[in-house]
Formats: sequence, C-alpha cells, structure tokens
Amino acid sequence: MSGIAGKSAEPQQEALKGVRDTGLEEARLRAFLAHTWRTPKGLYGWLVTVDHKLIGRRYIVTAFLFLILAGLSAVAMRFQLAQSEAGHIGPDLYNQLFTMHGTTMMFLFAVPVMEAFAIYLVPLMIGTRNVAFPRLNAFSYWVYLFGGLMIWVAFAFETGADAGWFSYVPLAGPEYGIGKRPDFWAQMVTYTEVSALAVAVEIIATVFKQRAPGMSLDRIPLYVWSVLVTAFVILFAMPAVMVSSTMLILDRLVGTKFFDPTAGGDALLWQHLFWFFGHPEVYIIFIPATGFVSAILPTFVRRPVFGYLGIVLSLVAIGFLSFGLWVHHMFATGLPQLGESFFTASSLMIAIPSGIQIFCWIATIWGGRPIFATPMLFVLGFIFTFVIGGLTGVMVASVPLDLQVHDTYFVVAHFHYVLVGGAVFPLLGAVYYWFPKISGRMLSERLGRWNFWLVFVGFNLTFFPMHILGLQGMPRRVYTYPPASGWGEMNLFISLSSLVVVAGFALFFLNILLSLRNGRIAGDNPWRASTLEWATTSPPPSYDFSRLPVVTHREPLWAEPDLLPVVEGLRVDAREVLAGTVADAVPQLRVPSADNSIWPLLSAIAVGGAFLGSIYTPWAVVWGAIPVSIGFICWFWPKGEPEDEE
Amino acid sequence: MARCMSLLARLRKRTRPLMSPAFACPTQISSGNRTTGRVPGKAADPTQWIGTAPMLVLAGCSDRQSALHAHGANARRIFDLIWSFGAVAAATWLLVMLLLAAALLRQCPADATRSPLETDPHQERRLACAVTSAVALTVLVLIMLTTASFFAGKSIASLSGTETLTVRITGHQWWWEVRYPKDEPSQAIVTANEIHVPVGEPVKVELDSPDVIHSFWVPNLAGKRDLIPGRPSELTLIADKPGIYRGQCAEFCGYQHAHMAITVVAESREAFDAWQSRQDAAAPAPDGDEGRRGQQAFLSTGCALCHTIRGTHASGTIGPDLTHLASRRALAADTLAMTPGALAAWIADPQSMKPGAKMPRIALSADDLNAVVTYLGSLE
Repeated sequence: MSGIAGKSAEPQQEALKGVRDTGLEEARLRAFLAHTWRTPKGLYGWLVTVDHKLIGRRYIVTAFLFLILAGLSAVAMRFQLAQSEAGHIGPDLYNQLFTMHGTTMMFLFAVPVMEAFAIYLVPLMIGTRNVAFPRLNAFSYWVYLFGGLMIWVAFAFETGADAGWFSYVPLAGPEYGIGKRPDFWAQMVTYTEVSALAVAVEIIATVFKQRAPGMSLDRIPLYVWSVLVTAFVILFAMPAVMVSSTMLILDRLVGTKFFDPTAGGDALLWQHLFWFFGHPEVYIIFIPATGFVSAILPTFVRRPVFGYLGIVLSLVAIGFLSFGLWVHHMFATGLPQLGESFFTASSLMIAIPSGIQIFCWIATIWGGRPIFATPMLFVLGFIFTFVIGGLTGVMVASVPLDLQVHDTYFVVAHFHYVLVGGAVFPLLGAVYYWFPKISGRMLSERLGRWNFWLVFVGFNLTFFPMHILGLQGMPRRVYTYPPASGWGEMNLFISLSSLVVVAGFALFFLNILLSLRNGRIAGDNPWRASTLEWATTSPPPSYDFSRLPVVTHREPLWAEPDLLPVVEGLRVDAREVLAGTVADAVPQLRVPSADNSIWPLLSAIAVGGAFLGSIYTPWAVVWGAIPVSIGFICWFWPKGEPEDEE
Repeated sequence: MARCMSLLARLRKRTRPLMSPAFACPTQISSGNRTTGRVPGKAADPTQWIGTAPMLVLAGCSDRQSALHAHGANARRIFDLIWSFGAVAAATWLLVMLLLAAALLRQCPADATRSPLETDPHQERRLACAVTSAVALTVLVLIMLTTASFFAGKSIASLSGTETLTVRITGHQWWWEVRYPKDEPSQAIVTANEIHVPVGEPVKVELDSPDVIHSFWVPNLAGKRDLIPGRPSELTLIADKPGIYRGQCAEFCGYQHAHMAITVVAESREAFDAWQSRQDAAAPAPDGDEGRRGQQAFLSTGCALCHTIRGTHASGTIGPDLTHLASRRALAADTLAMTPGALAAWIADPQSMKPGAKMPRIALSADDLNAVVTYLGSLE
C-alpha cells in the first residue's frame, strides 16, 4: 500500500532532504515521530501546544467545569422554588442565576463540549495526525476560556448577566439593562462565537481534506458526518448572533438605535436575529450527539448501523431544516396566519429526519445482539427520553398550542428532554465509551451503572412533572410563586428529585477521578469497535498513528481485523499530514502541519483584552487592534522552511 | 468574594404574610349580592370593606390559572388540541418503546465466531421495509397534526371582529394598566391589575407596552400574546362561565416578573354594567377625620406624584390609578390580598414585599400611615 502516497509525493523527492518513514523500522519510526510531534514539558509546553488531543482534552475538562457551575446554579434555583414565596434567593440573584445557567449551559458547556469531542476524535477517526489549522485550534480554546472566565468573574462581582440567555431587548438594552451586565453577556457571546467558528472551519477542512486514503464520502464514520454537518450549521448560524450581540453592545455603548422603536429601530429584530441563531444552536448540540449514538450503537450490538445513507441524508436534512424553524420561538409575538402555518409545517417536518434516525437505530438493535455496557445504557436512555422531547416538540410546533405552553414550565420540560435526554445522555455515553481511548484506562462499570440509573431516573422525576406544572399555568423565569397556586407540592417534588440527578453526576465525576488512577488498563480496542481511533494505542501517541492507515471498508477494523494497510512516504523529521481529494480521499499532497507556538495564546489574550475593554469604551477596539495585529503578524511570520520557499 | 458574602447573607429565611387573592379560594361570583352603604371611618376592621366585595362562592383554588381548565372558547380549542396532540404523542412514544423493547429482547442466535459485518440480506430487506413504513406513518401523522393545528388556529382567529367591548391593557414593570376606552378619551375608565368582562361576550384586548416586553396570558380563557414596545397587538378573550381567572405576565420582564399578575372577573352583563358605572365615578370625598387626614397625607407626601385619584388633584401617571383601589381584589399586581393590614404593610415598605418595584418607601408616621390606609380603603 505504500505506493499510494509514494506516487504523488515522488516529484518532490529531490527537494526534500528529510527522512521518510518508508521502510523505517517501527521503533525508530516511533522515536522520530515522538520527537517531531512532541509537546515540550512543563507549563511552557502546556501553553504552546497545538496537539489536538491535548487541546481537545482541555476543552472537555473546561466544558465539564462549566457544567458543574451551571448545574450548581440550577440547584440553587430549585432550592428557592422548593416552597412558595420562599425568601432564600431574591429576584436580583435569581435572575442572574437562571441567566448564567442558560448562558453557561448553551454557550460554555453544550456547544464547546461537542466541539471538544470533535477536536479530539475527528483526526483519530479519519486517520490523520492533527486537525487542519492546529494553531487556530489552540487559539479557539484560549478565546473560549477567556470568555467563560470573564462572565463568571463578572458574576462573582455582582455583575452577572440577568436578562436571560436570550437577552431580549429592551430589557437588555441601554435603558433597562442593569449596569454592565448585558455588556458582559454580549461580549461573552462574541468570544465563544469566535472560538466556535474557528473550530467549525478546522473541522470542515480536516474532514474534507485530511481523510485517510480510501475513506471516500461513503466510508466516513457517522460521527464524523455529524460533526461535519454541525460545523456547517455553526458557520451559517453563529454570524447571526455575532451580528446581533454586536448591535446590542453598539446600542448600549455608542447609542446606535438598532432595537429602539422610538428611534426607528425594532425590538422584534433582536428576536429574529437571535433565534435565527438560537434554533440552529439546538441542532449544533443535538446533531453531534446523534453522532455519538451512531458510533456507540454498532459497537454494542455488534453490527454496522442500519441505513447509513438514510442517516447521513437525515443529518444533512436536519442541518438545512434547522434554519427554517426560528420563528417557532416567537409565535406569541403575533405573526400573520400564513407565516404561522409555514413555521408550524417546517417545525413538524424536522420530526421526519429525526424519526428516520430513531427508526434506523432501532432497526440496528433489532438486527444485532445488544451488550448492556454503560455507554449502551446511556444510548437506550437517550432514545427513551429524546423521543418524549421530540414529541413535545411536535406539540409546541403547533401555533395555538404553543400560545398556551410558551414560556411555561412545559417548555422547560420539553427542551430539557431534548437537550439533556437528546445530548447529555449520549455525551455521558461517549465519555464512558472513549474514556479508555483518552486515558488508557477503563471507567468502572459498577459505578457507571449507578451513575446511569441515578441520572436517568432522577432526570425523569425532575423534568416530567414540569410538563404538568406548565399546563397548570406556572410561567418560566419566576423567582417565586404564590402559595395558593397549588404548584407547591410538585415543585418540592421536583427540587428533591433534582438532588438525585446531582448524586448521579457526583458519581460520574467520582468514577472519572478514581478510574484515572485505578481503572483497568484498556488496551487499544477494549470494546472491539470498528473505527480507526481504536487502531492506535490508548492513549494515542502525539502523532496519533505511526503510519497513516488506508481505509478499504466503512468499518475498517472489522473488515481488516488483523492488520490495517498503511501509507508510507511521509517525512518523520517534520510535521506532515496527508491531504486528499474531497470525495474519494485520493492522496494528493503531503502538507506541513503547524508546530507548537506561543502566539495563539498571546493573540487570544490580545483579542480578549480588546473585547473586554470594549465593554467600557469603544476606543478599546481601536487601541486593541494594535496588540491583536502584532499577535497575528508574529503568528503567521514565515519561518524560512523549505515549503515556504517552494 | 462579594458574591459569596451576599449569597450567604441571602440564605437566611424570610417569611412574609403573602396571599394571592385570585388564587385564594373564593372564586365564583353570584352577581348582584353586593352590599353597599358602609360605615365610614372603620376601615381598620379587615372584614368590613372586604365584605363589600361581591359575594363569592368557594371553589377549587389551583385551577384559577390553568390551561387544563378552559372556560373560554379560545382556551377550549387549545385544550382540545393539547389533548389530541398529547394522545398522539403518548401513543407514538409507547409504540416506539415497544419496538425498542422488542428489538432488545429478541433472542438472537449467539455466534461468537461470526464477524459483525455478516448481515442477513433477507433481514436487512425486512428492516428496510419496516423503517420505510414507520417513516411513512410519521409523515401521515404529522400531516394530520398540522391540519388539526391549522383549523384550530383558524377557528381562534375567527373570533376577532365580533367583539362587543374593548379593553386596552398597557404592561408596565411590574403591573398592568387597564383602560376601558370611551368616545371621549378623558372619560375612559382607568384601573389596574383587574379587568371585568361580561360573560359570553367576546372582548377585544388591545395590548401595548411602553417599557419592556411583557406577555398577557390568562390560560383559562386564551393563549398568550406579547406586548412589544412599538408594536401594539390585540387578542380576543371570551369567558363562558362567571368566575375569577388569574393571568400572569409570561415574558421575562425583569426583577418582579414573578409578581405581575392580573385578575379577570367574568360576570353577568348587569353586574358588569354596575361595575362600570361605579368605576366611572370620581372618588368620593373622605367622610371622617381619619379619612380626611389620610387624604391630606396622601396628597402632601409624594404619593400623588405617581398615582391618580380622580376627584382630587392627585394625577400622577407613573403608578396605578387608585380612584377605586378598594374595589380591587389585590394589591401590587396580585402580590398581596386587599386587606387593610396588607395595604399598610405595602405602603410602609414596598421593597420588602416586592423587591425592585418602582414604588419607593415613603416616610409616614404611624398615625399618618393608618389614616392613609383608612382613606385608600374607602376608595371603592
């Protein structure tokens, strides 16, 4: 198989004096590669690394820390709501808590954690050594970290955002927004959007150009398909919220009137822009989660996923349709009847591709022999809860019905079923599934089962009653409710049940901490799975694969159980990856891959400083441009390497 | 850190004597039982002017604000829709779960030597058929649901244009201004946080907001409609049973979003007309020393800067019109029941009852406070 790459690389043979891996003995090859792809030791190495696994791991850990913060805010809210007219938490703090909960869950946990897994897994699953644009990857993490820290530090100093995760104007506008709270929110959004867009670009370029030879479009693992579709959704959705958050901060800072109806602006414009992003956002979280399911399921039923093509087309259809639904967050604002019917129809239509996926998964289980390991339990828990969330989604898609349940606890129940059932359950399953690959050790199955059942039962006990509460008239985002409302008992029940979920998550983190130290050694492929990430060691070396694999089948490790065919001809003295054609992954070029650098971090600090400063003065954008330019110039300064001269 | 300290500070428990009248049990009205003629100057007796409110019949308490207890044509259409969608959803979920259970429990021949890639082509074809039919069924059900939703929407929309009465509601942070417009604008009835409607007659509710977005929602009668600054909108309400229904702001609007409720009193046409004519009148002059002292205090301490009492020179427009305050069932957008004690507590320290509310604390001597309460209590 060495011919594939060797042929295309041949003309450059003369110019490049570097050592190639052709014919190199395995131990020497690994030593060369380990040196070439190494991350320096110590703090400095931590700051300069561009290794997608280190950055992905860091992203995952950070996202879970934000999950803990957002989860604790939810617990605080449930404490306040356990009784009617309780005085534990006043309206000022409560409004900050639910805003921080929603903002953190959406912007700082759910989207980043999905991106984080993509950053970690995609290069391994498609058989390459790093993402395209590794430094952009490092940059995106730092920007994300600074955005998240900024809004939580602001919260610690009583400047937490308090206008809801959707920050509707005029409440968040110049006249009614309190202090600098909405500005911190708007800038945090800008930070996280920058990082999400950066990751989306990397993922698209990596998947399109860096797949292992032979991995044609119809052999791409379904998980990779799902993150590819997600990346495109990010690319088109995120600019809408960046535009709107920038308009908001301009309204607040320099007195533009985008959203001021008394000056020719429109308060409703915000909602259109925000939900044009906000609805695809749900799918940005949900689509990768379906990818997790499609990756975990075949391993634990011991057969390929049924209906590969159907699932891929469903993913693409969901990606497109997700842009046609935003108005269903705005039915109560009053729309022309025709518009309402259109958005009802499009909202219902998205149930079709989602249904296709569910049916394909059930067919997969039908045709296989299920093994009830923890990741599989989470997948089954996902189907159980997500179908409820999807069906209540069908309910709220109906305009008249939505007018009763919109902004009530019914909707709170609905989207937690979709987001927790539909995304967090598969995510936890994914952690159990890939933890052995990431850490080299297995998570405890016993704790895993306890973890699953506590979270699953606790979740349903917590959120199912909210449907009824909403129909009984309890609105969202209220810090208290009157004793005579009759909502007290159910709220108490919900608050107590939420503690079960907390216990479940505590076990989850405990399991991780214990297993990192004492877990059973995993080996390369503990689940006997079929995709390429399981072909390398656990944890993978800095260079991912000592020789890049060649793919001959959609399930490479099942088709070639003994030894994968590999590519030869890459340099081992410089970082190189293989680039191929988009459709058929025919290798075309050996492409240099960027080395470690401190400049992504310094640029992120410069960018972060400019964003932070612009909360206080518009001039920060002007002065901030100078360090940002310096950062970017140094980042891209040519190093005089051979390929620069060619 | 500052946040932690303040969190700790807030973790002490506070209890407040709060009571939400529209939720509180007395609900159904039997009209015409109203006692008039009251002894002036005895407002401190809590039973006295509460007793003058229409006689109420005990009924269930927790269904005063519920989409599941529809008492109007709009709400009933939606209620039917909730049930039909809910039933379809439940059936679908059950079906999917049964399929899943069957798939999981199916006894497959265990064969450790078989490669996972060896699938049975016959079975694959059967599965393809099953998935295709399931998808086709999904499409069919979705079309049915869309149609049902469309016709429900049409039937709700068909009510507009038949209204016999208009109520103009303006959402404020955090109370509802209510106006019954008349041909002569200055003659309009102005009240707050409580609307009266005649039973069985469609009422046009015109909605607007001068500050932030609110949402008008009385679930027993109809779905919600947002009040968006710069975009006046409307809604048709119809109540087909006398009763007191509670509504609440449904769009997050800041600090006291939780305490922004509205009471809808549906009563017979005669009772409604009688209510209207009482509301038409200006406030009577206080008839007692205590009442006069109260009026004096009210007019001289700043209350009048924000509140209007028709018949006096109090003409502020920032807070609710108080001309017939004592005729309402609740205080501060249904935060407190309308009792002299609650009224006194509210005036003495609004910020502890409803933190963030726009009403400031006004320094009044204890005697002045009692007098003001007596005076306001006489404004029926």
